[in-house]
Amino acid sequence: MTEKKFPAPLSMHVDLNDFIPATDEEKEYLVQMRPSSTFFKDGVKRLIKNKVAFISLIVIVLITIASIVIPLFWPYSYDNQLGVQPGKPVDASYNNLKPFEYGRTEQAQIEAGEKVFPHIFGTDSAGRDYFIRVVYGTRISLAVGFFASIIVLVIGMTMGSIAGYLGGKVDLIIMRIVDVIYSLPDMLMVILLAAVMNQRIGPMIEGTVLAKIGANILSLFITFALLYWVSMSRLIRGQILSLREQEYVLAAQATGAKGTWIITKHLIPNSISVVIISTALQIPNAIFTESFLSFLGLGVNAPMPSLGSLASDALNGMTTYPYRLVIPAIVISLIVLGLNLLGDGLRDAFDPKLNK
Amino acid sequence: MNSKTLLYILKRIILAIITVWVVITVTFFVMHAVPGGPFVGEKATSPAAMAQLEAKYGLDKPLMEQYVTYLKDAVHLDFGPSLKQRGRQVTDIIMDGMKTSAKLGIIAAFSALIVGVILGSVAALRRNKFIDKLIMVITTAFVSMPSFIIGSLLLIVFAIKLMIVPANGSTPQGLILPIITLSLYPMAYITRLTRSSMLDVLGQDYIRTAKAKGVSGPKIIFGHALKNSLIPVITYFGPMLAYIVTGSLVVEQIFAVPGIGRAFVNSITGRDYTLIMGTTIILATLIVIMNLVSDIMYKIVDPRITLE
Repeated sequence: MTEKKFPAPLSMHVDLNDFIPATDEEKEYLVQMRPSSTFFKDGVKRLIKNKVAFISLIVIVLITIASIVIPLFWPYSYDNQLGVQPGKPVDASYNNLKPFEYGRTEQAQIEAGEKVFPHIFGTDSAGRDYFIRVVYGTRISLAVGFFASIIVLVIGMTMGSIAGYLGGKVDLIIMRIVDVIYSLPDMLMVILLAAVMNQRIGPMIEGTVLAKIGANILSLFITFALLYWVSMSRLIRGQILSLREQEYVLAAQATGAKGTWIITKHLIPNSISVVIISTALQIPNAIFTESFLSFLGLGVNAPMPSLGSLASDALNGMTTYPYRLVIPAIVISLIVLGLNLLGDGLRDAFDPKLNK
Repeated sequence: MNSKTLLYILKRIILAIITVWVVITVTFFVMHAVPGGPFVGEKATSPAAMAQLEAKYGLDKPLMEQYVTYLKDAVHLDFGPSLKQRGRQVTDIIMDGMKTSAKLGIIAAFSALIVGVILGSVAALRRNKFIDKLIMVITTAFVSMPSFIIGSLLLIVFAIKLMIVPANGSTPQGLILPIITLSLYPMAYITRLTRSSMLDVLGQDYIRTAKAKGVSGPKIIFGHALKNSLIPVITYFGPMLAYIVTGSLVVEQIFAVPGIGRAFVNSITGRDYTLIMGTTIILATLIVIMNLVSDIMYKIVDPRITLE
């Protein structure tokens, strides 16, 4: 290093030493030892390290992909009664097949040397391929869980931010409503609303696109929208209230940052992880509720299957065909368990305040 | 108890009353929003007979008048006659079902509490040992299984394959499986709750002080740790009751237990409107009261808790 001469105090002369090119040694200080990591990258790294959460993630992804892809190429469909052919009498040999058994006409085909796609889980009492029904039921249950959580997220976020942002009387009123809804016994209300709304919505949506989703699923969504937004809105309101008071927000304001900048650069990144995690934890909740309602006969409309309705249908033939109950039971438990563990893992990985 | 606590309790009681009122109101108006009213769908009734039926049940009066009457009667626990079970009062049906359901629920709650606290304490005291991990794995599995699935699987294994217990829940032995089904989820939850609060307590200064003073291990656990770690469990009383009430809906259905849950489910499928309303209101009130009690108890037991 070149020796630095101290300029005379108060000298207006330019110190030429300041303009000497840096030596290699000095440059080394500026070399990055490792690429800088973002919050998101750190979180992903922590998530992958967490074996339980990572395995759950893989299981969930596999189940989701399977439920989307398999129906595309499977030769049977969920509502296709194999024994019923147009113009022919109903072939009862297709009903209640055990796994890997074949109906009468299929056996004839096999003897003739043709290949018949096996019924891996057999068929149900109406002669429908049970495997594809389970796959389809998984798809329905996942979709219901996902969309219900999104609805809850949107409504909760809107109400929570309004309450947190406006404060004052609006906040007070919203929070009292939240208090009351929060103390309502949710399941009873869900059952009541679902039972009634089915009949109310049914005729209303006939002939529209919504009819395809079915009145039961729609009423499930509506009840979710009405009841479950409260905890999300509490969470978001709390986040906003506490973040608003943070020093870095004050610092940003002091340096002249505009409202939009503060919201996009400070408020959202700091609260997004909490919001995403609680949404992820809401999904198994919704799947639980859907299967519960389906079990009581208030879920999806027949012939559409969901995991809950499959389990409920299987109760009738439980002594002879226990696997029909066990299979959807295992799938539900896997999904709910996987999502719960994944949610816990996400919380550990992405909530910086929890890091010990 | 200071005035702040009293104010808090007062606020909670008012909130509970409002909640029950909301439940009654929602139930009433939701039920009256059903298209066609309760008598549509029965065997063809002539208009004259229909009018007579409606007059008998007071359905011809204006909605608000019906509402006020209903509200008044509900306060006196009078929910009128059942629409489908001729000659029976809703209150009587509920009380009948309650006898079995209450027995089921109380036994389930207590077994969940006892087993849960024991397992949770064991897990906390043997933290990160094999037994702790085993308990955590099992409880995680139970928390993730819907009650109807646990119930059906238990039914297959113990009543149908092994034939140890009867599958029908109308006899005392038949209540064993429903009780186990109902208690597994709260048991698992209480285990996890006790474990985490016990771990928290064991790290407190007063435990270290007790150890430093030479207090024996069991005395620390039972005299200090357990007592204090049970406080958060109190908050779970309310949700546990809510779980047991809703869980009993499916469990009673699966095991054919003649309780209030089955009456409720049957009233929904049979569209017995007065019975649906009565059961919803009674069960909801029960849950609200239990939540209230457990919240207040929590604040009284642990003076450190700050009141909002």
